[in-house]
Amino acid sequence: MGVLDRMSTIFKAKVNHAMDQMEDPRETLDYSYQKQLDLLQKVKRSLADVVTARKEVEMQKAQIEADQARYTEDARKALAMGREDLARQALEQKAELGASLSDLDRQIGELKDQESQMEMSTQKLEAKISAFRTQKEVIKAQYSSAEAHVRLGEAASGIGEEMADVGMAIDRAKDKTDRMKARASALDELQSSGALPDALASGNPTEDELGKLERSSQVDAELEALRKDVAK
Amino acid sequence: MIIRILHEGQYELDQEQAEALKRADEALDAALEKGDEATYRSILDRLFGQVRLGRRLDDAELRRSDVVLPAAGLTLDEARALLSQGEI
Repeated sequence: MGVLDRMSTIFKAKVNHAMDQMEDPRETLDYSYQKQLDLLQKVKRSLADVVTARKEVEMQKAQIEADQARYTEDARKALAMGREDLARQALEQKAELGASLSDLDRQIGELKDQESQMEMSTQKLEAKISAFRTQKEVIKAQYSSAEAHVRLGEAASGIGEEMADVGMAIDRAKDKTDRMKARASALDELQSSGALPDALASGNPTEDELGKLERSSQVDAELEALRKDVAK
Repeated sequence: MIIRILHEGQYELDQEQAEALKRADEALDAALEKGDEATYRSILDRLFGQVRLGRRLDDAELRRSDVVLPAAGLTLDEARALLSQGEI
């Protein structure tokens, strides 16, 4: 096979590397089992990290929503006092914050996907470890038979592949949560420095201009609605 | 024949399914050579679909895979990087 074969070879090199330590399989069965349990702990910690990252992004989103509510309230007060200029300013700030919300929603979605991925990895690894535990006792008891040798090879490869697979899933999850954390703290910084609108610019002048127009008509509509509300 | 899709699981394919997979693989190779992203993507999707037609191995089965596929959704660039640098 072409591409598939090449991809498989690359992956199997990783598995073989992990299994090189299993030169005397019978003695290392228990050691390998211990390593599997360690990996299981690691994948569980990794899942917990993803959950924490998601909660942080959700908190950030809640904070932005609270800020938006505050701006609406400011706009309402300004209108009640006849200061339409101030009301517009508050609503403009609110609209700018809105642009970062969709980005946060996307991040939350990605982290949730990652979470279910890690949950699945944990579940599969648990099932495989438990099967390995049973088989290793059988293999140890019948080690002299040829069949036990075959089963040992198969079981070791099966668990070795799973461990390499889970190891990669953990690395991937870590990359993702690290990136999200970096983005989240950058967003926090931009928000407090007031540079958020510039940072959200796409770099495409037409798109940015359209975005600005969209926000401005959104501000107009909201201002109109508030005006009616205040006039009641 | 046993195929593992990384981060997903293992599937057992019968002879006929394995043959279909081999044909898709050859087409994939050609698309990768040409750098044709659209064709590459559609063949890759078909290839994953074909693998998933096989019997899904139970989580507790300990079997060696004949073929290992990266997680679904690999782009052409990622595939190239993977094949050239040996990184998944």
